[in-house]
Amino acid sequence: MKRRFYSTFAVALVLCLALLAGCAGQPAKPTEPSGSEAPVPSESESVKPDDGVKATIKLGGIGPLTGGAAVYGIAAANGAKIAVDEINALGGIQFELNFQDDEHDAEKSVNAYNVLKDWGMQILVGTVTTTPGIAVSAEAFEDRIFALTPSASSPAVVEGKDNVFQMCFTDPNQGIASAQYIQDKNLATKVAIIYNNADAYSTGIYEKFVSEAKAKNLEVVSTTTFTDDTANDFSVQLTEAQKAGADLIFLPIYYQPASLILAQAKAMNYEPTFFGVDGMDGILTMENFDTALAEGVMLLTPFVADATDEKTVSFVKKYDELYGEVPNQFAADGYDVVYALYEALKDSDVTADTSASELCDLLIGTFTSDSFVFNGLTGENMTWSKSGEVAKAPKGMVIENGVYVGMD
Amino acid sequence: MGRLRLKTSTDNLLTYGLVIVAYVVIRILIAGGSISSALQGQLVPITAYIVMAVSLNLTVGVLGELSLGHAGFMSVGAFSGVVTATLLAGAIPTTWLRLALAMLIGAIFAGIFGFLIGVPVLRLEGDYLAIVTLAFGEIIKNVMNIIYIGYDASGIQFSMESTNALQLGEGGKVILSGPMGAIGITKLSTFTAGFILILISLVIVLNLINSRAGRAIMAVRDDKIAAESVGISVWRYRMMAFVTSAMLAGAAGALYALNYSTVVARKFDFNTSILVLVFVVLGGMGNIRGSIIAATVLTVLPEVLRTFNEVRMLVYAVILILVMLVRNNTTLQHLFQRIGVRRKKDLLNGEKGDDA
Amino acid sequence: MDFLSYLISGISLGSIYAIIALGYTMVYGIAKMLNFAHGDVIMVGGYMSFMATTHFGWPPLLSVLFAMAVCTLLGIVIEQLAYKPLRSAPALAVLITAIGVSYFLQNAALLIWSANPKSFSSVVFLEALRLFDGRLIISGTTIVTIIVCLVIILILNTIVNKTKVGRAMRAVSEDKDAAQLMGVNVNKTISITFAIGSALAAIAGVLLCSAYPILMPTTGAMPGIKAFTAAVFGGIGSIPGAFLGGILLGIIEILGKAYISTQLSDAIVFAVLIIILLVKPTGLLGKKVLVKV
Repeated sequence: MKRRFYSTFAVALVLCLALLAGCAGQPAKPTEPSGSEAPVPSESESVKPDDGVKATIKLGGIGPLTGGAAVYGIAAANGAKIAVDEINALGGIQFELNFQDDEHDAEKSVNAYNVLKDWGMQILVGTVTTTPGIAVSAEAFEDRIFALTPSASSPAVVEGKDNVFQMCFTDPNQGIASAQYIQDKNLATKVAIIYNNADAYSTGIYEKFVSEAKAKNLEVVSTTTFTDDTANDFSVQLTEAQKAGADLIFLPIYYQPASLILAQAKAMNYEPTFFGVDGMDGILTMENFDTALAEGVMLLTPFVADATDEKTVSFVKKYDELYGEVPNQFAADGYDVVYALYEALKDSDVTADTSASELCDLLIGTFTSDSFVFNGLTGENMTWSKSGEVAKAPKGMVIENGVYVGMD
Repeated sequence: MGRLRLKTSTDNLLTYGLVIVAYVVIRILIAGGSISSALQGQLVPITAYIVMAVSLNLTVGVLGELSLGHAGFMSVGAFSGVVTATLLAGAIPTTWLRLALAMLIGAIFAGIFGFLIGVPVLRLEGDYLAIVTLAFGEIIKNVMNIIYIGYDASGIQFSMESTNALQLGEGGKVILSGPMGAIGITKLSTFTAGFILILISLVIVLNLINSRAGRAIMAVRDDKIAAESVGISVWRYRMMAFVTSAMLAGAAGALYALNYSTVVARKFDFNTSILVLVFVVLGGMGNIRGSIIAATVLTVLPEVLRTFNEVRMLVYAVILILVMLVRNNTTLQHLFQRIGVRRKKDLLNGEKGDDA
Repeated sequence: MDFLSYLISGISLGSIYAIIALGYTMVYGIAKMLNFAHGDVIMVGGYMSFMATTHFGWPPLLSVLFAMAVCTLLGIVIEQLAYKPLRSAPALAVLITAIGVSYFLQNAALLIWSANPKSFSSVVFLEALRLFDGRLIISGTTIVTIIVCLVIILILNTIVNKTKVGRAMRAVSEDKDAAQLMGVNVNKTISITFAIGSALAAIAGVLLCSAYPILMPTTGAMPGIKAFTAAVFGGIGSIPGAFLGGILLGIIEILGKAYISTQLSDAIVFAVLIIILLVKPTGLLGKKVLVKV
């Protein structure tokens, strides 16, 4: 029995290996052929008569589509898909997007990257989260594949890699901007901080916030933490903040634990100002959330789903039609990444045969040139530095009657 | 164990042979350029998981104690290995030597932790022992998340607060920064290194099983009181198996961590411990060759399933359940038996530790 | 006053662990099975109640009954398909299957309800108890959770000690083979145990989400592990032990955060657990098993 079992097992193993080895010869079928499906409208064909040379560029996307961080990866993938379909409908450069799951894990992310490489990826859209982003960007740097990440916000993602760029703010920048904002607007005298000490994003913002607060003479009276495993009861953290007399609580965390903090503070009749960062965005669109709890919450965010500009309105409408949800900032980041690539490539003469490394050099040149300015959902007049970080102005928002209102 | 010594050695030779043949075949494939990047990128993690599975099998299969915190030792090995490799970057330019030292240090640190944890753990039994290993796994994860290590001209700096608190001087470098883990690791691990580590683990584990000590360990597993009454020092042999298992996991952790440019404590959580346990149970308790095969198949499987897109992990779950059902189906077992496989006795022997 | 207030927070958190642990220990004690999918059944219970109240507009109590019905059904289906065929297999094989079921439920929930978190509306409308001019607050959910825990303990005790099924359960938990020989239908008994455990999971899910109103496909995972810890802590198979273990776990967690470190709160909880198990190697209320030579 045992031997029989293992011989079958061994056969299965050989099959698996053969399957994977076979991928080298014939690249695996694209799993999300959103590019090839979209038919080109006839009107644009008349504009571009010689579409025989039309380039189809293969975009590889990586992000968590399953597991605890799936909410971010799925949103970014959906946003990117919308952008790809819109761009393909324009009839110029065509994109083909293949988005792979990494479960928010460095190992799986590198696996996904290799799968995409076998598929023939020319540009990388990713990764969505930070830790996988650091691992994958090192690979992309070695392979000379251009990478633009929607939301991997640690500086370590781009550090020392000339071909990796970010669409989002870096964590330290958010920390500094938050401290400046609080000081400039005179929002508080005593600040308490609650952050997630098992999360790279949260810790990254926290560290810079503290050093900037010290430089600005902003008094931090209480610093407490939680981890993903203890993100349900915040009574101790809130009590300490209250005892220390904090009139503002800085929350460099995601909106899921933040929503619990808001509810628990209300239950204990503690009403400081809550100040969040871009991770706080999404709290209002959480299904069934009592928006009264978030009344008066301030946050720095690059994207506002109920903004009234044409671009945002159309994106939010399309997202809702396709996925039945209000897009969060990750969706907007994913959308912007594809459009930024489109802007950078549309006037070039790239073809489907342009190699990844040629594209890489071309895009590095474009992104770092002074003339390249990008306007997207997550910011106006974005430019990129040589290091790969984006420069854009954060929007300070305050929640009033369940909607964002500009603070300025 | 009613096996003859001769049969045991044939069995072991088969295990070595399998590993060596697999290595040679893959080497040839790589040389011929007919291997996908997807598989090539997985070679090192596969070898690391194989070592993890083999080492856990020593605790679960051979020693007969359920451990739910094996990833904790991997974590200790990974981080001590990374720190070692980074600190030695200037002193030892030879990469394979640095990797070997990192794995050795990883193994030693994990071994120390194994001993410290073994002292309380091995006083307990059954599920209580299992929960304490789980607890240690969680403690290691929690503590690793707040450790900051850096170095500058004045030496190694250590903190449990933040990178700011390290107060690194000019030109200082942060090696470990809490939840962000180790960043900017120079990749040292190679498939060949992984292969050698597997061989070393096999030599250690198989020799241990077939030695006097190994027979004593299995005697303790099968009947503690009887073993004690014939003069076997239960504590000593249990500790021996436990520490060996931890050391191998530490070496595997260093190998794993040095294959990526970053590693975080969160990776080595309860889920990873469970994943390795799945390899062991699927491969068969006490069956080393089974562990190797199961670790390989289950590491490659999620990648093969990528064609299923969103439902990939759902399919993975279903396959896992089905395999367990088929593997333990008595009707199928009888069927196989009738076809003429006469090793049912071995199966029973091999699965004895399952009641842990 | 601070201490009292922390103590109450600890009891609140602990009561949630306790109610999850009750279901855990029930299945664990009788079927001798580590059901790692228990946390995910809790999550399904939460979603069911959420759908019932938010989408169908049902009253809270009805939504709880609905969640219980669905979870019981789900539990029976899981049991029949995944666990029953493994009755004679080693315990660890069942454990791995349970992990497969856990993956399955989490990923199915992801596909059905999407990864976006939902905000759960509490099914508890009891006013919070305010003592000492509002300086001490005991939330309505805590009071209800503790009462429900006690009622469940009472009911389980009655079932286990006073009914025929209960006698069969005790027999199965004591010695499966002997029970079989004495004419107990072991298969059926374990199936019933499982159904009860799943119904309890639904109640736990609703109360967990009422106390901490965030609902995601991974909602049940961590509380599941904590509750498992609590069940072992209290003594495997002991129903009052699970309750005590859960409450103590919550108190240790909160006091550890308050007086030692918020950064190390997990490490503190598990360290205390290890120390207590060293002093009492079979948990707080566990039976001491005599090994005969």
